[in-house]
Amino acid sequence: MSSTPPLPRWADIGLLPVLNLMIAMVVSGLVIAAIGENPFDAVAVMVKGAFFYDGSLGYTLYYTTNFIFTGLAVAVAYHAMLFNIGGEGQAYIGGLGAGLVCLALDQVMPGFVTIPLAIAAAAVFGAAWALIPAYLQAYRGSHIVITTIMFNFIAAGVMVSLLGGVLMQPGQSSPASRTFEPSSFIPFIHEILNGIGIEAARTPLNLSFVLALAACVFVWVLIWRSRFGYSLRTLGQSEPAAAYAGIPVGKTIVVTMLISGALAGMMGVNEVVGVNHRLVLNFTAGYGFTGIAVALMGRNHPVGIVLASLLFGALYQGGAELDFEFQTITREMVLLIQGLIILFSGALSYMLNPPLARLFARLSVGPRREVQA
Amino acid sequence: MTGQDTHHGMRGGDVSPPPAVELRRINKRFGRVHANRDIDLTIDAGTITGIIGENGAGKSTLVSILYGFYSADSGDILIDGTPVALTSTADAIRCGIGMVHQHFMLVPTMSVLDNVMLGREGGFTLTDGISKTRKRLAQLSEDYGLEIDPDALVQDLPVGLQQRVEILKALLRGARILILDEPTGVLTPQEADRLFEILRMLKQDGVTILLITHKLREIMAITDDVNVMRHGQMVAHRKTKDTNREDLARLMVGRDVLFTAKYHEKEPGAPILEIDALTHHDSRGSTVLSDISFTLRAGEILGIAGVSGNGQSQLLDVLSGIEPVQEGTIRVAGEVIDSRNRRDPTALRQVGVAHIPEDRHHRGLVLPFSAAESSILGYHLTDVAGSGLFLDLQKIEARCADLMQRYDVRPPDPQWRSGGFSGGNQQKIVVAREIAASPQVLLVGQPTRGVDIGAIEFIHKELLAARDRGCAILLVSVELDEIMALSDRILVMNAGRIVGETAHGEADPNRIGLMMAGIDPNNARDITVQETGAA
Repeated sequence: MSSTPPLPRWADIGLLPVLNLMIAMVVSGLVIAAIGENPFDAVAVMVKGAFFYDGSLGYTLYYTTNFIFTGLAVAVAYHAMLFNIGGEGQAYIGGLGAGLVCLALDQVMPGFVTIPLAIAAAAVFGAAWALIPAYLQAYRGSHIVITTIMFNFIAAGVMVSLLGGVLMQPGQSSPASRTFEPSSFIPFIHEILNGIGIEAARTPLNLSFVLALAACVFVWVLIWRSRFGYSLRTLGQSEPAAAYAGIPVGKTIVVTMLISGALAGMMGVNEVVGVNHRLVLNFTAGYGFTGIAVALMGRNHPVGIVLASLLFGALYQGGAELDFEFQTITREMVLLIQGLIILFSGALSYMLNPPLARLFARLSVGPRREVQA
Repeated sequence: MTGQDTHHGMRGGDVSPPPAVELRRINKRFGRVHANRDIDLTIDAGTITGIIGENGAGKSTLVSILYGFYSADSGDILIDGTPVALTSTADAIRCGIGMVHQHFMLVPTMSVLDNVMLGREGGFTLTDGISKTRKRLAQLSEDYGLEIDPDALVQDLPVGLQQRVEILKALLRGARILILDEPTGVLTPQEADRLFEILRMLKQDGVTILLITHKLREIMAITDDVNVMRHGQMVAHRKTKDTNREDLARLMVGRDVLFTAKYHEKEPGAPILEIDALTHHDSRGSTVLSDISFTLRAGEILGIAGVSGNGQSQLLDVLSGIEPVQEGTIRVAGEVIDSRNRRDPTALRQVGVAHIPEDRHHRGLVLPFSAAESSILGYHLTDVAGSGLFLDLQKIEARCADLMQRYDVRPPDPQWRSGGFSGGNQQKIVVAREIAASPQVLLVGQPTRGVDIGAIEFIHKELLAARDRGCAILLVSVELDEIMALSDRILVMNAGRIVGETAHGEADPNRIGLMMAGIDPNNARDITVQETGAA
């Protein structure tokens, strides 16, 4: 006999994110109006900049790729009620793994050997970076939020020391590795399209995008169609029920976090093997953190995550255009708008839940749905 | 409909006093749920009135409205003939209404005196309040025979005395109308009898008592009037002396109810579960099970009676593999389990140990899961759930639909959310799942807690049927009636020990009650056990 019944499923999944997005847009609009620009013009520029200008769609999907990986990583852990804040660090170390494989093999092996190995290495390195926080959570009771955050900093430190040290290209003064041989580049989509006679502008979009979509299918099967996914969800919903069912709690936490870390690590494939073609500093650029907002907004479902990733991808790309087109709208202002969307869609994503639930309850006073024996 | 009985002058006066409480057309909705629908209720001053109904019938909502927790959507409340607006519990207390909750609202680490004083401490320093409260507490204790040590810590008191603190707290606040919500759920039969004596004494002094319960025995034993609720409505009002258990049960459920499942003698088979010197400590190191030994045979129901919290839950946890064995040995279906040879619940299920857990909300089901998903909990690695690494959703749903049909689960929809079923239907899903595994040993904890009468009948029937098929059943319940109705043998637990054993035919509730309280019935001649005979 709770005071308000839960929202209908469609409203929770569809209506709530849209309303949150609209609030963020209205507040952003007010900010833009406050600095003297027309908010509607700004929206038009953003939409055109994200989807319609030459090559803009490629950029949007390139960002989308990163968000899908990090969003899925957060979602998998979330289904087991683990809050993996360490996507950033796991992606960073995952990229290191991919980079090390390329640096080691690109001069001796063909691409069809190097690239799959690089992808596998990204997953393994990302998983390994999640293993220690997972173990500490599962068997020592250290809270995973704290440990994964700390591991982000450790990852950053490791990368600085490696790229400024053993991995730095000899004779260079910038902290970056040498560029890989072109044979180990993941093919760009525009190259493939041009190859089959379709004119396409140069963009960073590469086949990692397909890998990201495959990861979505994998996550869906894992969570909802596999025996392990059942264990993982049971643990997430009720630890006493998991113990009752004989689900090994510690092992399930560790395996879940390994999968989560591997997904985050594969974000490094897009950046390192797909776009930069060398190891550089800070290629994760906050995608790991934004993945949290993506997962929240996408309600931890692969389809939702793809849509949310597309939104954030458009925001990143369209935001860059805003900066370009308006004198008064600076890069910082774009960050502010992105921040507002993350705030309302991510951090405050359930803010409208209670009033909306009350509204629905009032609208649908019908027969009792709790059925008596 | 509420009977508009003529009010006899309670104190022999000529003018009949107004009823202590009168509710008129009370309505309360929670979203789609119409918890209280046009409730009329009249409670005469100085009587003990019962409200009886199944879980979810709306009893708790109604008393919460009377105690100012909820405000009614519509309707009037009259106290002593005067309309009142109860918008908070403070209003209710001001009107002389006191409430003893099912789960006590006491601070365990504070003394009795501190607890009863809480919220009415008086001035800035406590000195004044303490001396006044102490004096009044002594007075009340004397008047009603409610002896209690005002300086004892509440956590050191047995449950029966903690309840007494609650009653004193209400009286100290000037309660003339006392509401008791399921007051005997945590008491031994003797403690319950003692409570009823106190209630009778309070009644003689003119206190009006409203008793909320689902136990028909209590209603018959102590009340003057009884009101029956069903599906949010008040369906009947009776003088207790003019009714009987069968009549009330029919009104509660809406059909005839079999009270005792049809137990019949049956010779048990070979021993299946043998427990030897099982001792267990909790995480803080206190001993929760102490030297437990017994044997359970095929085709036998062994009942474990005891007041809640005397080690029964831990016994189930250890036997089902949720907690590892610390000391002692368990032999089940040829396997020997001890502190070195551990078995987790999955391994135990494989050798045929199924478990209907005490807490279906946290353990037996995963509430956000569909019924189909909950129907494989614990069996998700077996063939019923799929093949290889994957689940076969169609197979799971088809099997769930079949179980739902056989166990009459409503609604029979495998995709319905587990948390959306009523208590009885949730429990049927759990019982169906565990019995469908055709276990050799079935561990059963509180199978009918929070379950409506119709489902209780059904679950008892299924347990007896499983026994007749040769399943060995360990039945843990705090409902002594249930234990006595179903068990071939009864063990009594107190403070983690087995303190007594009786066979089905020889079970005597008074003896068992004494053992539950930790008193050896053979040395208890000075304790007179009063039959709760009334009506």
